Amino acid sequence: MAEPVLKVAGLIKRFGGLIATDNLSLDILPGEVHAVIGPNGAGKTTMISQLIGELRPDAGSIRFMGQDITTMPVHRRSHLGIARSFQITSIFLNFTALENVMLSVQAHDGHSFRFWRDARSDPRLREPALAALAQVGLQERADVVASALSHGEHRQLEIAMALATKPKLLLLDEPMAGMGPEDSARMVTMLKKIKGSISILLIEHDMDAVFALADRITVLVYGKGIATDTPDAIRRNAQVRQAYLGDETAGG
Amino acid sequence: MTLLLVEQFLNGLQIGLLLFLLAAGLTLVFGIMDLVNLAHGSLYMMGAFFAAVLTEWTGSFLAGALLALPATALLGIVTEVIALRNLYTRDHLDHVLATFGLILFFNELARVLFGVGGMAIPLPDSLLTHFEILPGLPYPTYRFLIILVGLLCAGFLYVLVQRTRLGMLIRAGATNREMVGALGVDIKLLFTLVFGLGSALAALAGLMAAPITTVQIGMGDNILILALVVIVIGGIGSIRGAFIASLLIGLVDTMGRAFLPNMLGTVLSPADAGTVSEALSSMLIYILMSGVLILRPAGLFPAPGR
Amino acid sequence: MPQLPLRLKSPITSLVGSALLILLGLVPVAATVLDDPFMLTLFTRVVIMAIAAVSLNLILGYGGMVSFGHAAYIGIGGYAIGILAHHGINEAWIQWPVALIGSALSALLIGLLSLRTKGIFFIMLTLALAQLVYYLGNGAYAYGGDDGLTIQQRSSFGGLIDLNDKESLFYLCWVLLVLTLWLTYRIVNSRFGMVLQGAKSNDRRMATLGFPVFRYRLTAFVIAGTLCGLAGILTATYTDFISPAMMHWTRSGDLIVMVVLGGMGSLFGPLFGAFTFLMLEEILSSWTEYWKIVFGPILLLVVLFARGGIDGAMVRGAAGYALTGLVTLFAMYIVHYLWYDDWVPAAIVLAVAALAIVAIWLRQRRTGGQHG
Repeated sequence: MAEPVLKVAGLIKRFGGLIATDNLSLDILPGEVHAVIGPNGAGKTTMISQLIGELRPDAGSIRFMGQDITTMPVHRRSHLGIARSFQITSIFLNFTALENVMLSVQAHDGHSFRFWRDARSDPRLREPALAALAQVGLQERADVVASALSHGEHRQLEIAMALATKPKLLLLDEPMAGMGPEDSARMVTMLKKIKGSISILLIEHDMDAVFALADRITVLVYGKGIATDTPDAIRRNAQVRQAYLGDETAGG
Repeated sequence: MTLLLVEQFLNGLQIGLLLFLLAAGLTLVFGIMDLVNLAHGSLYMMGAFFAAVLTEWTGSFLAGALLALPATALLGIVTEVIALRNLYTRDHLDHVLATFGLILFFNELARVLFGVGGMAIPLPDSLLTHFEILPGLPYPTYRFLIILVGLLCAGFLYVLVQRTRLGMLIRAGATNREMVGALGVDIKLLFTLVFGLGSALAALAGLMAAPITTVQIGMGDNILILALVVIVIGGIGSIRGAFIASLLIGLVDTMGRAFLPNMLGTVLSPADAGTVSEALSSMLIYILMSGVLILRPAGLFPAPGR
Repeated sequence: MPQLPLRLKSPITSLVGSALLILLGLVPVAATVLDDPFMLTLFTRVVIMAIAAVSLNLILGYGGMVSFGHAAYIGIGGYAIGILAHHGINEAWIQWPVALIGSALSALLIGLLSLRTKGIFFIMLTLALAQLVYYLGNGAYAYGGDDGLTIQQRSSFGGLIDLNDKESLFYLCWVLLVLTLWLTYRIVNSRFGMVLQGAKSNDRRMATLGFPVFRYRLTAFVIAGTLCGLAGILTATYTDFISPAMMHWTRSGDLIVMVVLGGMGSLFGPLFGAFTFLMLEEILSSWTEYWKIVFGPILLLVVLFARGGIDGAMVRGAAGYALTGLVTLFAMYIVHYLWYDDWVPAAIVLAVAALAIVAIWLRQRRTGGQHG
């Protein structure tokens, strides 16, 4: 088995008396889509926050490509190749879609202490940005101000921004949140296209999407990983059904 | 020397308590409505002016003071309804700008109504006495009264916030405004009441300070900054924090002003020592606040949920 | 709070802004023709304040950093000149670099201390640190303390330009304003500018993308402080005086008003703002000594209803109102100048302005256009 891209071991995070992450261990193999599912309050967003560096775990370790990043600051992890999309859309509403992605590209194109040249017309920023927009299917809307885009397009833009940094690991926090069936289907198709070349950690409630995309699924309940296996095995796992899937199939 | 220390300590207490009255209103409004109200200092000033005018009319300081409180509360409420209500959903910069505009307005309004010279509030003879707090230490009765009133108000606020239904709403509103509204509480009324209470407290501080400092245009501007320092150090929305921080600042400021000139007089000429110590004393508070913010960017007692 | 689209560049603002610049450039000509040196003094002040406002706009309008202590740099730049002059050093070639470096270092220090905080805490901290500088000035008894410092002899560029000549001084200020505007234009459209604006919009996202936001903000802060120090140098030069009062937090408030009134985050906004603020001050103060009573509510109304300021109005299709306002201001100044004590011409101008505004409003209603 290949060396995991991300290796989380014994992660613990407490908030006062509440345990949000309870001795969590999981790993993500190169090129796989590893989905994390669980009921609300299971600690999925807390987990992602620790992976991206916004929260510091109380115990445990996070290794990326073999390197210990447990306490590394947020912006440095981005340069190592970890990208994240936000559960609640976090884009630059004043900028156009293209400018949003160009910022992403700019972040990884050396330092930005350049005060003179016009940035918006810089091909080094435009070309990769347009490519990322094309990857998610937004190239027609490149020059639209982000505040004028639909919710579904915001989610697509989120992913384009993450992709533009050419990450090795993509952390997707409920990318399909608030999307209708058409938009969701489009997102799934897009993710299928990029999977394999990038490793993806996918947090999602949309079970159709999860089972369509995931190579492996980890089930998180009260901050604890109760099972990690292939989608079929998870579907059949009695403990999981009891804790989660049984209630979810009604709502999807 | 100890007598001097005690005297200055009491002075610091007195100033601290006045500051607390001002800061309590500010922190309530900031904590619950998330409104930065720079014009709070203007209410302090208007309270003092109202008291001065009403004292002249009625011939009694007590009557003047008692009438000035509801008058200023009313002024505050009118301001809130007309101008400030629309700002609750805006960001802090908008608050700062809008209330800065109100400061300009109130300063000029006071000039139009009361003239440029300022006013004085003569104290009744009964309050112009001294009495011996400690053997050999006569302390002005009026200042002692300020301390008493200040402590009473602090106690009243404590009871209000911790033990009454209104206080519970206030504390709930400070942590989650939307929920309180969703629970069926008339949030607009609550806000207006809180604002009125804050205005009355500011007026009380202003009219009590007035006999000592005289009533002047712009008297609220400088003390407003101190009140902002208090709530930043004490934690936004925290009455307890405001209390502790006010006393701390009152003491630091008073002790500084009392002892710095002498300390500096050993190395500088009296005139220069005066100038420098005046400046340094003013700087002490800002140095204190800067220090606190640099070490704890969210204040000493950050309110929960922030 | 709805944000204005960043780049809805209306050609109107560039046109009006450039026109205003050119008109300002012609002031010395008018002053000579009308033989009125006071006019030159007034507009020198407008130009210098515009430089200060442009510098603040960089961090406030584009960068989202609400610094309530920006006026401190006017003081620092001015006092550098004053103190050196006090000690007999009048060569501008020495004074100016010292003043600029002093401003830059102060901004560096203040920025290092305050940029870790956010929101109201940042506002308070910048205010506090600026007040420290203010009190420092008050306590500097050797240099006048709170009475301020008179500059006995003006700086000299050694024959290159005569700063004692009002016209030359005005043109120096004007050229520096143009250069400052151009510099700002290049900065905000560069990669650095993108980072600054992105951080204003969503600084959490910027960090996730991989930008160490703090150092970019600090750099912008230092640039802004230095440019404002330049305004301080010019202030000390043209008034031959500098005092701590120029650094008081209410002066910083005035600068913020200028930036917001003119339109935050726009190139010509601060110019519109400084011009309008000082014109209003000049005109209104001649009508009544209580002119500030009008100013407060104007500010309040702008904040409540015209958030984008003058520039925003032009960009959002309310150009008619904004232009009417500016032209009225201009006309009022002329009226105030020519018929100082007579209220009739002023009333006529205001009546015409009111009619124009009603006409524009009716037209917009009829065509169902955007309301501004």
